[in-house]
Amino acid sequence: MLELKGVNSFYGKAHVLNDLNFSVDRGRVVALLGRNGAGKTTTMKSIMQLVRPRTGTVTYQGQDITGWSSHRVARNGLGYVPEERRIFTQLTVAENLEVGRQPPREGCTTWTEDMVFDLFPNLAERRQNYGKALSGGEQQMLTIARTLMGNPAFILLDEPSEGIAPVIVEQMARAILQLKQDGLTVLLSEQNLHFAQAVADGVVIIEHGTQQFVGSLADLQAHPDIRDQHLSI
Amino acid sequence: MGLFIAQILTGLANAGALFMVASGLSLIFGVTRVVNFAHGSFYMLGAYVGYSLMQALPGVAGFWGAILLAGLIVGVIGVIVEICVLRPVYRAPELFQLVATFGVILVIQDLTLMIWGPQDLLGPRAPGLKGIIRIMGEPVPQYDIALIAITPFVAIGLWYLITRTRVGTLVRAATQDREMVGALGVNQSWLFTGVFFLGCALAGLGGALQLPKGGADLLMDFSILGAVFVVVVIGGMGSLPGAYLAAVIISILNVFGVTYAPQSTLVLMFVVMVVVLMIRPFGLLGKEEVAGEHGQTGEPERPIKPAGPRIRLLVTTLLVILALLPLYSGNFAVVLVTDIMIFCLFAASLHFMLGQGGLVSFGHAAFFGGGAYAAALLVTYASTPMELALVLAPVSAGLAAIVIGWVCLRSTGVYFAMLTLAFGQLLWSLAFQWGDVTGGDDGLVNIWPSAWASDNTVYYYLAFTLCVGGILLLRQAAHAPFGYALRAARDSTRQAEATGINTKRVQWVAFTFAGTMAGLAGGLFVFSKGSIFPNELETARSFDALIVVFLGGVKTLSGGWVGGAFFEGAKDYLTRFEYWRLTLGLLIIFVVILGPEGIVGSLRKAGERIGLLKTPEDAT
Repeated sequence: MLELKGVNSFYGKAHVLNDLNFSVDRGRVVALLGRNGAGKTTTMKSIMQLVRPRTGTVTYQGQDITGWSSHRVARNGLGYVPEERRIFTQLTVAENLEVGRQPPREGCTTWTEDMVFDLFPNLAERRQNYGKALSGGEQQMLTIARTLMGNPAFILLDEPSEGIAPVIVEQMARAILQLKQDGLTVLLSEQNLHFAQAVADGVVIIEHGTQQFVGSLADLQAHPDIRDQHLSI
Repeated sequence: MGLFIAQILTGLANAGALFMVASGLSLIFGVTRVVNFAHGSFYMLGAYVGYSLMQALPGVAGFWGAILLAGLIVGVIGVIVEICVLRPVYRAPELFQLVATFGVILVIQDLTLMIWGPQDLLGPRAPGLKGIIRIMGEPVPQYDIALIAITPFVAIGLWYLITRTRVGTLVRAATQDREMVGALGVNQSWLFTGVFFLGCALAGLGGALQLPKGGADLLMDFSILGAVFVVVVIGGMGSLPGAYLAAVIISILNVFGVTYAPQSTLVLMFVVMVVVLMIRPFGLLGKEEVAGEHGQTGEPERPIKPAGPRIRLLVTTLLVILALLPLYSGNFAVVLVTDIMIFCLFAASLHFMLGQGGLVSFGHAAFFGGGAYAAALLVTYASTPMELALVLAPVSAGLAAIVIGWVCLRSTGVYFAMLTLAFGQLLWSLAFQWGDVTGGDDGLVNIWPSAWASDNTVYYYLAFTLCVGGILLLRQAAHAPFGYALRAARDSTRQAEATGINTKRVQWVAFTFAGTMAGLAGGLFVFSKGSIFPNELETARSFDALIVVFLGGVKTLSGGWVGGAFFEGAKDYLTRFEYWRLTLGLLIIFVVILGPEGIVGSLRKAGERIGLLKTPEDAT
């Protein structure tokens, strides 16, 4: 469903992503693992075209989307949940959801406000609160909920478990599994291996912007050496 | 009592147009981060277009139809400007777009002159509302009452649009983080265009609505711009109720000012603004600026390095050419180049605090004109010799900068810019309205150099030495540890503070240094011309310097004087033609679109591409 071929990305002159090649099949949850600064966020942004890959292609549903504007990528059903959350703090929860709302997309769930509140009940009572009044966990939920309102077929989750309380992390994992059951494809970046193990089927490990391992979760568990070498925390 | 109420009503009526123009400016800035200098021009266009439409359309329906239509037409013109001029430069460094809008001002000015001619147009009176009504015995025009009634509807409609509709929600979201809005599937380009349409339409509407009261003239673009900036800042950037409140305050203040303190009218609103910002740094109803957090676009700043051998050779050659100029060219060129060099020093001083310090000043002419006036006053009242006056001019400008910097640096960003604008206006109106001392509009004359320097060539060498010396000193400061601290404060205030840099003090010193150098330029200027007039203190003069800095390239070290030489040279050549503003405006827009990094930045890129200059990573 999503395929990266020879993707190289730069910040100015700094070479951040070095020849990434991997794909994510429909209906799967793939975890992009790596340490801080490994290039996970840049990978996400390169898929979203918020950072334009200098060489290589990103193919989504058979279409080459490299060089598209990000809003066009989003309109094609790729939802993006950024790491820094970037909710609109001066807008209410309901208004944040409104910004994310897009017309229904064939073959995808058409999300409504009530449906995202079912998924994240904490948000329902916060409906009229401003974004700045939310806790870190609630902000994280709102970011995901906001992206879901665009009825994506594929969702990019950048470090959903970062900086939130363990209880909420669990809730987040349940939500992701729920989304997977609904048929959503997910690429999530993580440093937290336990979280990844709880939700992912496939794994991509990157270090210094170079991919080190691509395989299933079972493959990774069969090779503890790889895990220890690249992910030891 | 009757008069009092009548005056309040007049103020309320005047507030209508001001509010519309201000809310348009504020909307556009909020979403696109473009400080639209041309907003006054759209207001002016609204008046002219409205005038023509009122001539063509008869009756009551014609009158009101003409006003609405004028708003729509100006909105469409705004869209054309946004698509043709601004879209290509959105990715340029922040605030660079204001150079493009400055070009638009010049173009619109000449086009208006071409179409409607130079004479002021008397606005037609509103059919059915030509009379007056008496309130406690005082006459109040019926049209004023109509305006007072209409404005709240526009304000509420706008408020509804922004707070209660999807488009408004998107606009507010984009004000905070436009990249994220794009990543959620919203086409930013059309959002920007839409906001530009709305903002310009509001300005046009304001222009057309005030026709029966003020008519249309070619000066109204700049005359409203100052007031509009003040309203936006007093009300708080991005706050509609704030804009309305501020528009009412300023308008009423003006009406009373005209009656009770006509000497101070020009300065009154700026004093109010300074007071408000001292108490509330983000305006009456404004919120702390958070934008820019994710709004950064473009490449990261390059480190500043000493010039390479090729550049050194180039600059040395240029200096030799300049040093030998009087030997091979006539008197005219010598005087012209003296002017250009002085302007270059002025521009370089602003470039220093803007480029190195990130301090965008809209009022740098205060120090240029301030230095010039200081010298002129010393000569006129104390018969000070030129040599001493040339020392005291930068000293006085520096002292002024210490005081003004202390006040302005309490705010940041646009608020800082507006405060500098206010002080620029303050000094200007002082020079303009305090006629007994400053000569007012007639200025101060007979300020000539000492006998030994009275020859044009000798004065040329004096200016050459001081200007080149000043520019080199500014450059040296950028390479000194002080320059490093200043750039650190610009790039990350918090980080710099945590490193132990007193960022406010560093910026204060930079502000003072830049003011001092501008004062030196001013001192040289007054002795070169032999006279000084208030227009050297005008906002337009500050804008000239600002445009030049961006045109030359903010992110380069030499952008200030290169841009200065280009601008002053082009202006000198072009003013010989009838429609020079149009040409200069188009030239500026052209340069902006072709080289969004400014002249020096673009030349450097081109040099790197063809291999003449080293790129940063070659060096490392």
